[in-house]
Order: sequence, then C-alpha cells, then structure tokens
Amino acid sequence: MKQDVLDKRLKEVRDRLIGVERTSANRIYLLCEAEQVYDVCAFLFDELTLRFVISTGLDAEHCFEVLHHFADDECGCFVTVKAFIRDRENPEIESITPLIPGAEWIEREMHDILGIGFKNHPNLRRLILNDDWPEGVYPLRKEVKT
Amino acid sequence: MSETVRKSVLAVGPFHPLQEEMEYFQLTVDGEIVTDIDVRISYNHRGIEKLSEGLQFDQVPFLVSRICGICSASHPLAYVQAVEEIAQVEVPERALYVRTIINELERIHSHLLWVGLAGHFIGYDTVFMWAWKYREPVLDLLEEITGNRNNYGNVKVGGCREDVPDEMKPKILAELDALEQKTEMLTKAVLDDPVLHARLKGVGILKKEDAVKFAVTGPTARGSDVDIDVRHDDPYAAYSALDWKVISQPEGDVFAKAVVRLLEVLEAVKMTREAVQKLPKGPVAVEVKEIPPGEGCGHAEAPRGETFHYVRSDGGNRPVRHKVRAPSYVNVPSFRASCIGEHIADVTITLAAVDPCYSCTERVAVVDGQRQVIHDYASLLQLSRERTARLRKEIGAPDMRLEDI
Repeated sequence: MKQDVLDKRLKEVRDRLIGVERTSANRIYLLCEAEQVYDVCAFLFDELTLRFVISTGLDAEHCFEVLHHFADDECGCFVTVKAFIRDRENPEIESITPLIPGAEWIEREMHDILGIGFKNHPNLRRLILNDDWPEGVYPLRKEVKT
Repeated sequence: MSETVRKSVLAVGPFHPLQEEMEYFQLTVDGEIVTDIDVRISYNHRGIEKLSEGLQFDQVPFLVSRICGICSASHPLAYVQAVEEIAQVEVPERALYVRTIINELERIHSHLLWVGLAGHFIGYDTVFMWAWKYREPVLDLLEEITGNRNNYGNVKVGGCREDVPDEMKPKILAELDALEQKTEMLTKAVLDDPVLHARLKGVGILKKEDAVKFAVTGPTARGSDVDIDVRHDDPYAAYSALDWKVISQPEGDVFAKAVVRLLEVLEAVKMTREAVQKLPKGPVAVEVKEIPPGEGCGHAEAPRGETFHYVRSDGGNRPVRHKVRAPSYVNVPSFRASCIGEHIADVTITLAAVDPCYSCTERVAVVDGQRQVIHDYASLLQLSRERTARLRKEIGAPDMRLEDI
C-alpha cells in the first residue's frame, strides 16, 4: 500500500503500543511490551499483509528486545515491532510461528543464542547450537565476551 | 503382523568438504514419494553476528563479505546501507553507480553458476559447461575492477573503495555484448527444449500462499508470482535511475525459477550496460568520521533474494548489535511446502531450485528402517538423470549437442 495509507492504518494498533519511532519516511519502529507482540504482528501480517522479513534478538543489558521486522514492498517501508522483555531471569515471549511459519527458525535461533523462551512455538528444538553445548550458556548475551 | 509403522528416512548431508556450507535434510519417504522433511543447519556457524560486535564499523564490511563467496557484494552493501541510514550519509552518485555495476555483475555470474549446476543435476552437462564458460569473463571483469574474483571488499560506509576506471568502459561494454548474445542463445535453448519442459514443469511447486507464509524472497518468490524485488521496491544504489523490469513467473515450479533467473541475467546485462554508459563523474566516496547512536535497516537484492542487515549503534566505534539475514535462511524452510509429495528423483533439482549451497545434495544416502544404505548421492543423481533420459525418449527428442546452443 502507499506510505500515507500505511501510516493511517498503523494507527489502528496504537492502543497496544508504548511508543512509535520513525527514523526516516520509510523506517517505522512500533514499541510494545512482550505481552502485546502477537496481536501487533497478527495485525501487520494478516490485516496489512506485510511481508515478514526476519527477527532480531538483542541483549539490551537491562532487558531483552525482540524485533520483528516486516516490510511493505509497495512503498519499500520497514515496520519493525520492537518488543521489550523486562524479566531478565526468565525471559519469555509469545511465539509468532503459529501465525507465520517462516518465523520458526529465527525463534529457535533466538532461543538458542539468547535464551529467550517462545510460548506456543511448535518446535523449539536447537537450531544453531550443537547438541552437546552446555545448558544455560547463551553466546549472544553481553556477558559472553568476544 | 507387527503394528509398528516403519518409516524410511532419506538423509541428505550433513557434510561435504568441497562446498562451503553444510546442511542436513532428513526426508521421510514412502516408496518413491517424500512425505516429510526436516532440516538441521548450523554445522558451519561462524558466529559472525557476535564477531561483528567486536569490530569497528569500517572493519565489518570485510567480515560480512565472507559470509558467502558468491554474494560477497550484497552483504557488505546491505550492511553499509544500514550504517549510512544511522549516520545519514549522502553517498556520491558515482559510488551508487559503481555499487550497481558490481552487484549486477555478481548477479550475472551467480545466476549462470546456478543454471550450469541445475543442468548438471538433471543430466545436461552441456548446459553446465557452457554456462560456466560464459560466466568466466564476468569474474575476470570483477577481478579487474576490484582485485578479486570474489570477496570484492569494494564498498565502505560513505561510498566505494575501488572505482570503475573510465578506460575500462569499452572493455566492459564489449564483454557485456558478447555475454548477452550467448545468454540469449542459452535462454532460447532452455525455453524451447521439450525435454526440459517435461522434466521441470510441475516439479517442486511452491504455491503463492506458501511463498508468502514462508516469507521467501528473490527468484524463489518471483517464480511463485510474488513480484518482490528490493531493487524496485526500496531502490538503493542507482537502480531507480535505470530502465529495467522485475521478472516474475506465475507457475512456482522449478522451470519457472529457471526462467526467472535466465531472464534476470539478460536484465542484469542491460542494467550494467546502462550504468556503465551513464557513470557520472565525481568522487567515489565521502569521509564518514563518526557513527551516532541509532539503528538502521539495510537490505539489498542478492542473487538469491533479499539480504537484510540490522545495525544498532550506541555512538561508539563498534556496532552493539548487527543482525544478518541471508536469503537462503528464509528460502530453505520452504522445502516443507515444495518437496512433500514429490518423487525422490525430483528432490535433487527441487532443493537446487532455490539455489542454496550444494553441499547438501552432494552427500545423499537413503536409509531404510534397518539402517541399510540403499542409495547414495551418486545413485540419486543417476535417478534424476535417468528420469530426464526416459522423458527424452518418450518425447522422441534428440540428444542435446554443443552446436545446438
């Protein structure tokens, strides 16, 4: 859809967000708490028919962030859902794989390397780490130095 | 009679020392038909995202160009575009054209590589020999411009490291003319060949709705009527200034993907020619001193699809997070949609049709419930080729000869 139509439609999901950032005309970040992530993604994927690009898991020291990147290929706009997981001891978030099968691998990857749990994921086996990798060591966390 | 259902499992992979990547596919088969597929990756995980956090912004392009030898122009380009977005760098026009030229030459050689290998898999070794012969001058051009046949290392934040010298223009244009003629012949030979139609049409179909669900990109998506192309949808480099069209096919089968790639080679030749002719005067880079705090998304259309990089900066001289998504990461899982229900003899070419790395199909073994090896890679390749030969006989088509193309 056109950029102005997309901007207008994104307002429909406003009450589930805690903020919006816009770094340029076609780069939009929707900030939300972990609990809202499924509904926001369902709106983007099902209602707005945006393309799922990939997710980024991130250790932001005081919390974890899961960024689901979506793209509108008509106007070349990236809409990124940035979900904050505040509980560092037991980080968990709703899986979007039941909604988007293409997210299966990346959620398994984030589970492996950051130790984030994905609720309702159909197949949360290891993807990146070897089977004999020790439990509880998550290589992409900041406490693991390069 | 035992009630235990014994499944036969076809193990594809995980390791082949000649290719650069390892993957392991486990196909569950019922006789000749594939009923399920499971994939295990990461035998060759190099921790590039973590390594990147320890490098300075200007060192990262050299790291990410080593993610893939064939896509070694698109990864650094997507990365520098993400960083340029954070720092809001205005890249000189000439650099945008040089980036376009390098990336299109990369697409040409990558697609020709695929066409050759696809020919090899179905027993058309003539196509293999010719496509790879046509590819060679393209690699020579890249070497002359950047110093390397692959791993060009020519982009940096703010522009390019190497320029396309003006005195090279006539040579590039002459090579492009020769290549266009040969590719047109090859394309015509493939499109007109009744055996290839019989062998590849209706094989490994990825339906449009599955293409959307699995979020596939590049020729894999465009072969399934999803006409997405970063060069068109979110134009970068000099693509918006060039005259070209997005190639897509509605069928979703292996043949459609082959057609998309062949026609894209011709488009890429056209684009490169126009970019060389229009190459503006001026500097090829600007100096970028500091990267401010912020985050950026960069993407580029690699030969296999969209390469996506996300970079976050805290204002220091290293990225605090750098996410890389290569196109095969989303294209490979679509095998669940395209391989189930197919014949074993078609799996080789269906797996190859998304153009992943070939390590997977090089070491194939069929194992039954008693762990007895029935087929290895060679015999599966043989199965694929026999099927081609059988179809050729049924159709009454002559053998393909060198002089035919």
